[in-house]
Amino acid sequence: MKEFLYELKEGLLISLRAIGANKARSVLTTLGIIIGVTSVVLMSTAINGIDNAFQNGVASLGSDNLYIDKWEWFNNDTPWWELRNRRNLTVEDYERYKELAKIPLAVAPTIWSFQNIRYKNRIVESIIIQGTNHEYIKTTNLTFKEGRFFNELESNSGRNVVVLGSEIAKNLFPNGYAVGEYVRIKGHKFKVVGILDEQGSWVMGNFNPDKQVFLPLQNIYKYFQSADFRSITINVRAKNSLMVEATKEEAIGIMRRVRGLKYNEPDDFSINQQEGLLNTINQTVGVIQIAGLFITGLALFVGAIGIMNIMFVSVKERTKEIGIRKAIGAKRRTILSQFITEAAIICMIGGTIGLIIALILSLVVNQFLPTSVQIDTIILAIVISIATGVVSGFAPAYTAAKLDPVEALRYE
Amino acid sequence: MNIINIEHIAKIYQVGSEEVHALRDVSLRIEKGEYVAIMGPSGSGKSTLMNILGCLDTPTRGLYEFKGVNVSEMSDNELAAIRNREIGFVFQTFNLLPRSDALHNVELPLIYAGVPAHERKEKARMALEHVGLADRIHHKPNELSGGQRQRVAIARALVTEPAIILADEPTGNLDTKTGEDIMALFNEIYEQGNTIILVTHEEYIAEHAERIIRIRDGLIERDEKVVNRYIPQKNGASKL
Repeated sequence: MKEFLYELKEGLLISLRAIGANKARSVLTTLGIIIGVTSVVLMSTAINGIDNAFQNGVASLGSDNLYIDKWEWFNNDTPWWELRNRRNLTVEDYERYKELAKIPLAVAPTIWSFQNIRYKNRIVESIIIQGTNHEYIKTTNLTFKEGRFFNELESNSGRNVVVLGSEIAKNLFPNGYAVGEYVRIKGHKFKVVGILDEQGSWVMGNFNPDKQVFLPLQNIYKYFQSADFRSITINVRAKNSLMVEATKEEAIGIMRRVRGLKYNEPDDFSINQQEGLLNTINQTVGVIQIAGLFITGLALFVGAIGIMNIMFVSVKERTKEIGIRKAIGAKRRTILSQFITEAAIICMIGGTIGLIIALILSLVVNQFLPTSVQIDTIILAIVISIATGVVSGFAPAYTAAKLDPVEALRYE
Repeated sequence: MNIINIEHIAKIYQVGSEEVHALRDVSLRIEKGEYVAIMGPSGSGKSTLMNILGCLDTPTRGLYEFKGVNVSEMSDNELAAIRNREIGFVFQTFNLLPRSDALHNVELPLIYAGVPAHERKEKARMALEHVGLADRIHHKPNELSGGQRQRVAIARALVTEPAIILADEPTGNLDTKTGEDIMALFNEIYEQGNTIILVTHEEYIAEHAERIIRIRDGLIERDEKVVNRYIPQKNGASKL
């Protein structure tokens, strides 16, 4: 052990001397590794960022939720025309379900409509208007920046009140002070009662609550579309994640009763789950991850080849030095570790610089795409760069170690 | 006591399809404290003999005992250990590490021997003092004259207190006067009880030794005592 530490220390010192003696070359060699590590780290922070955005998006919708819908969201086992031919879910279905369901934490009906929304001369076009009731907020994890969700009274009496997603609010009221103001949707006036916190789940597309507004469900039928135009979705929140399955079983039973299905008829509704969404997200992120890391891995690989190349040249050029070292007693192992250490140090320096550059760049990229720097990324980058050095340094080092001292001394 | 005992060694190189007999049949003994010159024209096999004596190479056949240990069949690593501890090399072209200062060059064999840093720096400094370079320890080879470089090399050879000093044409790249200084230094080292093997093709240099072994065509031609050994005088210009 003591001997090993001694050799390690002396090996490091000898390698540092050699690197210092060939500064220009060391810098150029390092460049390849810098670029490789920078791209790998940057890519992985971007992937982590996208992944986090997806997960946060899902979390903001609530992770223990079920969505009873006419449509099946994620699994496409059932042909779409069969889904289309299902009867729409109605508010009455919701009410009967709510009456019968014993286990859910909260249930709420939702229906959506595409509309423009305006405030004075500002307009946001084609956004999702979610019609729901006061229970809706209990089925989500949404939080408020200002104001509140509409209450039971407002919901039941169909008041013209609206809750704005953060992005909608930002666009209509760049200076703030939205609560209490009136916005217009399809010409009808709605009083703003609340503004949601930014959920940051841009990757969720239309699911993103930042880009939605919420108002009492009856107003959708009253102003925007007839009740049979589109099926409603029933949002169901289970008490906790352990209860999700039981809640689902209960929902299937109740819904079959509500819909009056005979025992031999298939379900004419679907119970959709976050899990389906998560699977889809994980698949997407997985593909991005593999493709991204493969491409950036190539950059690192090119860097590694560069190191190997330079180390071969270095061994050739320092043949005489190797001969001298061997003549005065350096063992094969000593020479081997000297050159491997040298390659590893060059790579580690390159890796560290690459890491720093990547971290700075990820701050810049964060302005456009979410990035997330994780400690394991940092450790991984350092480990990868050292491993690159060891692997790419091995062949040249082995060549050096097995040089014949007589021949090496004669080399000019 | 015999330090070196060689019996019937031969070295055969394969060059293409041809066998080259660098050494045919050489036997010799060298005792502790001897000052031996190995002489011969180029192509005589003296370099091969020197490489084998220096444990840089192994004979094709025959026996080589170094301090009673058979080294003719040792592995590369075992040979490296022998070279490190028992043999001090001095080369014609000095063979110093160009980018390291004198001190580092001299301490290098001690690094490979596993001597702790403070101890080996002290030893290296003393060795450099011994060869008269106390004020040059942080100079790099290209900041030193030829004679000074050779003295760094000698300090490096001496620092491990080896059993033999093996000098291969140590004055070959030096002018006569500097060469004289170096030979005076060798004489001093010899008088301190060290064993020196000097490889040269110059009669004049060989006569500094007390015994001359003459090699020709891979065989020992003559092995004789020097009757009138040339003892170099310390040159006024040197710092010995």
